[in-house]
Amino acid sequence: MAGSGVAHLRGDQALLSVEDLVVEYRTSAGVVQAVSEVSFDVLPGETLGIVGESGCGKSTTGRAVLRLDTVTSGSIRFRGRAIEELGEREMRALRREMQMIFQDPVGSLNPRRPVRELVVEGLDIAGAPKREQEAAADRVLAAVGLADERFRDLLPRRLSGGQAQRVAIARALAVEPQLLICDEPVSALDVSVQAQILNLVEDLKRDLGLTVVFIAHDLSVVRTVSDRVLVMYLGKLCEFGEPEAVYASPAHPYTRALLDSVPQPDAVDGFSGPALEGDLPSPLSPPTGCRFRTRCPRADELCASEEPRVAEVRPGQFAACHHPLPVPEVPAASGDAADPVPAGSTA
Amino acid sequence: MTQIDYLDQTGGALAESVPSEPVVPVVRRRRSLSVGLSYTWLALVVVLAALVPLLPVSDFDIAAGPPRTSPAFGELDLLLGTDNFGRSILSRVLYGGRVSLVVGLIAGMAAFVIGTFLGLLAGYFGRWVDAVITYVTDALLAFPPLILLLSISAVTKPSLFTLTVGLTILVIPSFVRLSRANTIAWRSREFVRAARNMGATSPRIIRREILPNVLPTVASYLPLVIASLIVAEGSLSFLGLGIPAPTPSWGGMISDGKDSLNDAAYLVLVPSVVVFLTVFALNQIGDSLRARFDRTAGD
Repeated sequence: MAGSGVAHLRGDQALLSVEDLVVEYRTSAGVVQAVSEVSFDVLPGETLGIVGESGCGKSTTGRAVLRLDTVTSGSIRFRGRAIEELGEREMRALRREMQMIFQDPVGSLNPRRPVRELVVEGLDIAGAPKREQEAAADRVLAAVGLADERFRDLLPRRLSGGQAQRVAIARALAVEPQLLICDEPVSALDVSVQAQILNLVEDLKRDLGLTVVFIAHDLSVVRTVSDRVLVMYLGKLCEFGEPEAVYASPAHPYTRALLDSVPQPDAVDGFSGPALEGDLPSPLSPPTGCRFRTRCPRADELCASEEPRVAEVRPGQFAACHHPLPVPEVPAASGDAADPVPAGSTA
Repeated sequence: MTQIDYLDQTGGALAESVPSEPVVPVVRRRRSLSVGLSYTWLALVVVLAALVPLLPVSDFDIAAGPPRTSPAFGELDLLLGTDNFGRSILSRVLYGGRVSLVVGLIAGMAAFVIGTFLGLLAGYFGRWVDAVITYVTDALLAFPPLILLLSISAVTKPSLFTLTVGLTILVIPSFVRLSRANTIAWRSREFVRAARNMGATSPRIIRREILPNVLPTVASYLPLVIASLIVAEGSLSFLGLGIPAPTPSWGGMISDGKDSLNDAAYLVLVPSVVVFLTVFALNQIGDSLRARFDRTAGD
């Protein structure tokens, strides 16, 4: 289970390729192992969904890719360039090609600057002339559905959560990025607004040819938007594959447990499977071997002594587990026995 | 886009004229009487002190009437009485106000600029920058203020300049602490991270993202500091370490009159009341500004 390895990487054509990423924080209590040897890649035009419960390191992974958090070790290649080796100046230029949308929409906007200044911040930093900035502001605000003149002079506190998130998306688009990392972009929003923002991201991705990394804890949201999904647990990778296959027949016991924890309207006690026992272990001293073994129903001695490597369980689906769940050779059709995720549910 | 305007009582006529602008009644800010009076008093003192050479009052260092004349209506020079040498107290209060206000204002502003800057650096960069600045600040705060001022007066010749420098050093630490604490709170917000992700450099983040948020909080503290500086200048002059005679200052006038408290109490009373009212007004203004701009927990 929750292990490491690079068997699931797809080689040179990837836009973003992360290998053995390690992020550690030094605290007074010890070293927090936020992300441990996680590898993944994203093809151009693809949406990669990263799911996992709170504290599994998914947001840290997103920030580390942009070097907003210090990378302890590992390699991050964007368009073939190793970004951990870039100098501060080169990194500043490259950052405009990789933009991020944050979880708290209002908090990610400076409360003392009006919308028209906020959305062209990236261009202003790059030294673009005022005329170009104004044209860009019109373009991106129209793209996110805030074309109305009255939005331009508003301060963030007068925007709703959905509007603020649209401004944040507009700001990211203004620098014409290739990669968009969305860190829980809808979890602070109402369900009805969530759908609007998700559709907006989908449309923009299609129109502008963006590549997206979508980080969320909401299984149904990730399933809706992703071409590939990556499941993380306590800083380690669990499972990787196409969402249909992973959701229909998960190979990793943790993925199974995540899917089972979603309330079901037609199940006897509301859930389709048993809840996970116990709490997330401390990332200060994670369990030996497989990090999921303390809560795994299938764990044995092997799991405690040896860390599982990522292995292909069937074409296109990978799991890091010593005892993966049996999966049918051919991905099951949707609507099958295990189709457990109704819309609007959270893990 | 059609919007239903629930406040529109005109049957839609208003909505047609301005379709995109919802009508929201203007919220009237409640104005406090004491704050209004405070602004008036302060404006009066500042204007009169600034224009005193043009006013029909005698100079502060020549006798305008018999010594120790009680305050009386009639001649302008004698409105607030005369001191032991027959000099007009009105004239001396206004000229003294120049010293007290200028010292308070300049020392306060200088400390505000220096302290805010140092606090921004300490709060933003952390580590050794923070360690050094915090260390020096704490050392300054631990030093008894009067002793510091006394030693400055003892080493240098008392003058307007040394007095201002001493008082500036005295209040820099409070601005550093306020600015540093606010910077730390704003530094970790996501819009700062977003700016960095746009490629912003640290100086730009400090100037464009953090400073505009820190400034209102720190600036609303400025009137309170100026008030305390006026009191401090008064104390120094009272101890005879302020501006040398015959230039008047409010503290010096209180000091001069203290021996005559039994028979001519107005010699102490007049400057004391002026100091009290000015400091009280500054505190009122500072409090109202703080209530308006210091929204650390809010937006």
